[in-house]
Parts: sequence; C-alpha cells; structure tokens
Amino acid sequence: MLKILKYSFFDLIRSRWSYVYLLFYLLLGSVLLFLNNDLSKAVITLMNVIIILVPLIGTIFGVMYYYNSKEFTELLLAQPIKRSSIFIGQYLGVALSLSMSLTIGLGIPFALYGLFQSNEIWDFVLLLVTGAFLTLIFTALAFNIALYNENKIKGFSYSILLWLFLAVIYDGLFLMSLIAFHSYPLDSFSIGATMFNPIDLSRILILLKLDISALLGYTGAVFQKFFGTGFGLLISIIALSFWVVIPVLNIYRKSNKKDF
Amino acid sequence: MIRIEQLHKKFGKNKVLKGVDLTISKKGVFAILGPNGSGKTTLIKALLGMVIPDSGSLSVGDISIKKDWKYRDQIDYLPQIANFPANLTVKELISMIKDLRNRPGEDKKLITVFKLEPFLTKKLSNLSGGTKQKVNLVLTLMFDSPIIILDEPTTGLDPIALIHLKKIIKEEKSKGKIILITSHIMSFVEEMADEIVFLLEGKVYFKGTIEALKTETKESNFEHAIANLLTHEDA
Repeated sequence: MLKILKYSFFDLIRSRWSYVYLLFYLLLGSVLLFLNNDLSKAVITLMNVIIILVPLIGTIFGVMYYYNSKEFTELLLAQPIKRSSIFIGQYLGVALSLSMSLTIGLGIPFALYGLFQSNEIWDFVLLLVTGAFLTLIFTALAFNIALYNENKIKGFSYSILLWLFLAVIYDGLFLMSLIAFHSYPLDSFSIGATMFNPIDLSRILILLKLDISALLGYTGAVFQKFFGTGFGLLISIIALSFWVVIPVLNIYRKSNKKDF
Repeated sequence: MIRIEQLHKKFGKNKVLKGVDLTISKKGVFAILGPNGSGKTTLIKALLGMVIPDSGSLSVGDISIKKDWKYRDQIDYLPQIANFPANLTVKELISMIKDLRNRPGEDKKLITVFKLEPFLTKKLSNLSGGTKQKVNLVLTLMFDSPIIILDEPTTGLDPIALIHLKKIIKEEKSKGKIILITSHIMSFVEEMADEIVFLLEGKVYFKGTIEALKTETKESNFEHAIANLLTHEDA
C-alpha cells in the first residue's frame, strides 16, 4: 500500500493543480494577514473559507483522480498487489497531497507573520487539523461515489451535489426545520443533525475552540451548553473520525467486490 | 497449471460466462478464440482476479485464487488496450512496475529488441498507439513468470515488431511456460498456437489442436474451420 501511496502522491505533487491549490492558500493567507493585521480575525475568516472550499476541492480532486487513473488502476490490478491496497493507497495519496498543500500554503504566511510567538497557535493548528479532516472525509466520499458510478459525468454530478447539499442545502433545511418546529424542544434534534454533517461539525469544533459565542449560532450554543467546551471538542473530533473511518471502510468493502 | 470449473459471470442481465470448464495442465501456447462478446476478456480477467465470478472455482498452480492475490506474481498479463498514466515517462513506468512487483526484470533486452531507446524519456501521453503497445509488451514480458496472458498482443504492431513478438513467444514457450493468447488474427493464431480453446455463448465450445479442429469440421483451411464452428452454431 505504501508504494501505491508513494506513486499517487508524487504523481499529484507533480501535477499543476496541486501548485495552483498551494498558491491559492499562500495568497489567501498573506492577504488576510496583510489586510487584517489580527491573527484571530484572520483565523475566523480562514475558517469560513476552509469549511466551504476544502470539501469542494477534496470532492473534485478525489473524483477526478479516480477517473483519470482508471487505466493505471487496471494495470495495477493485474499485478500481485492486494486490491484494497491499491484503492486505499490512491485515496491516501490524494488526501495527503491536498492536506499538504493546505498546511504549507497557510503555514508559510502565518509562520512569517510570527504565529509561533502568539497565543493563537493552537487555534491555527486546530484549523489545519479540521482542514485535514475535511479533506480526508470528502476525498473518501468522492472515491465512494466514483467506485459506484462507472459513468464519469454521473460521478461528477453526484459528488458536486453532495458537496452542495452538505455545504449549503443542509443548513437551509436545518434552519427551516428549526423555524417550523420552534415550539418543540429541539436540543437533541439539532445536536443529532449536526453530527450528520461534517461541515457543520467542523465549524462548531473551531468556534468552540475560539470561544466566540456570538458566532456559534443555535447549534453551537446548544452544543456548548450540552457538552461544555472541552467535552464538545472531544465529541466533535470523534464524530469527524467516524466520518473518515466509515467511508474508508466502504472503499475497502466495495473495491473488493467490484469488477474491472 | 490452470483449472477453471463451472465459471459463471453476468454483468447486469447480460450473462457472459455460462459455466466455463477449462483445464490447462501442460505447457504450450493456448489460443482463446471466439466471436466478439463471447467472454474471452472476461475469462482472462476472472483468471487475474479483476472480475469476480458469480460462481465456480478458479485455481492457478493448484491454489484457489479466491480472496488471494499473491498468485498473480506467477502471471504476466498484457491488457488489451494500452493506456498508461499520462504524465509518466516510459522509463519511470518501467521502473515503477519493477518496484511494485519487487522483482528484477529483463527490460533492457526487450527495449533494444523493440527499439524503444529514443522514447525512454518521453511522456506516455505523447506516444503513438504502436509504440504504446511495445511499451505494454516490455512491461509484460520483462518478468520471468510461469504463466503469460496476452490479450490481443498484435494490435498496432508493425511487421518487424510482430516478428520479434513471435520469436519471443516461441522462446518463452521453449522455457516451458503456459501462454494464453487471444487474437482475431487467424494467421497469427495458426502459427503460434498449440491448442485452440473456442468460446461460444459463454461456454467452451471446442478445445483441441488445430489439426483436430480441421478434421472435426472437415476443412483444410484454419480460418474456414473457425468460420465453420461459428456457422454451425447459427444454423
């Protein structure tokens, strides 16, 4: 598996898009710090960008990589390599190279700005961890979609729809249901609903750490009241881990059954 | 040694293999023939574990291949359509496959035979179809495995490369290997194959030497004998 991971990783590192992605974060980080001159505000702005953008990039890269390397995968399948190693290796190759672009791209401007001397370092680290989680989650979801759909166009559409649903529509539905059922106690419902959306989960995770109750929103407030900050952080990290593990297990399961 | 028993496979509603029984125990060149869509590639892919059969058993070297993958170390496989990762060079691809198989390969000799030296540093996406097929052949034949499977090996090859390919196949045969070939070029099959396995409608319709086929169909020409098999079924 490590060999496949190595080759996928280097294949992606050499591709132009990894550099575009890296440059984007470099620019974003530098501009935010330059304009804001305030680390914690920059972290919040970054959070808003990361929470929407990272899933989108993860999904698109994941689907694209799977379909583009299809012939190569078939070449590998005829070699004495375990099937699951091929797919898990490729998945990790994509997810790790994306996470690396994120970490380096944001890390450089923040490090230059003097992050290491400030108190915000842990907020920033948590932001990167969340970004890495989101990359792992959405790349895994994208691989799942691609494994189930031979048709490229369908695979692409489903993954974009998935992103749209989790990033935008889910919140809308959630809000509407809160309004519609406002006379009922909605605490456990909203906590449950948050657990089922990794994007919401990441937002709450970061906001809990930043301790900005004004930005927490209804779910965040419920979350904080219910779990407290420390325990809330732990719960959301565990929930995010489940979001990684379950799709990866399904990649493993599906790849062992699929015909090529 | 390859043993296939009652192999069934369907894709959706399309039943491709309907109980294939095939045992190959002795060495030599076996040509798997059949009309388009008769299940040749599916059979080969099932043997490689790329297609998972619905029922039936497959064993290579007396070991069942179900849920196993190490047996593939004994097989060299040439896929039908040569498509490679686009942004790798030929050299990188060859060393990568050697690394993945963890075995040294005789790539140098084959590169000289197929005159691939000028292309070694070129990216695979810039190669012509024939050159890609040559790279494909190098990747397949550079390892010394007891079983070789060639799916349409002649596609896109120029006459000189074809002569080299035939020579290599004969050499490998003399080393005592089992070589499976699918091809639609009948003259190539007639020249190379010791035995014919004819697939029709998902079953082995005929297995035997070319001579046996000719006597059975009462045709003196091999191409006509094959055509005879096909028309018999239709009639």
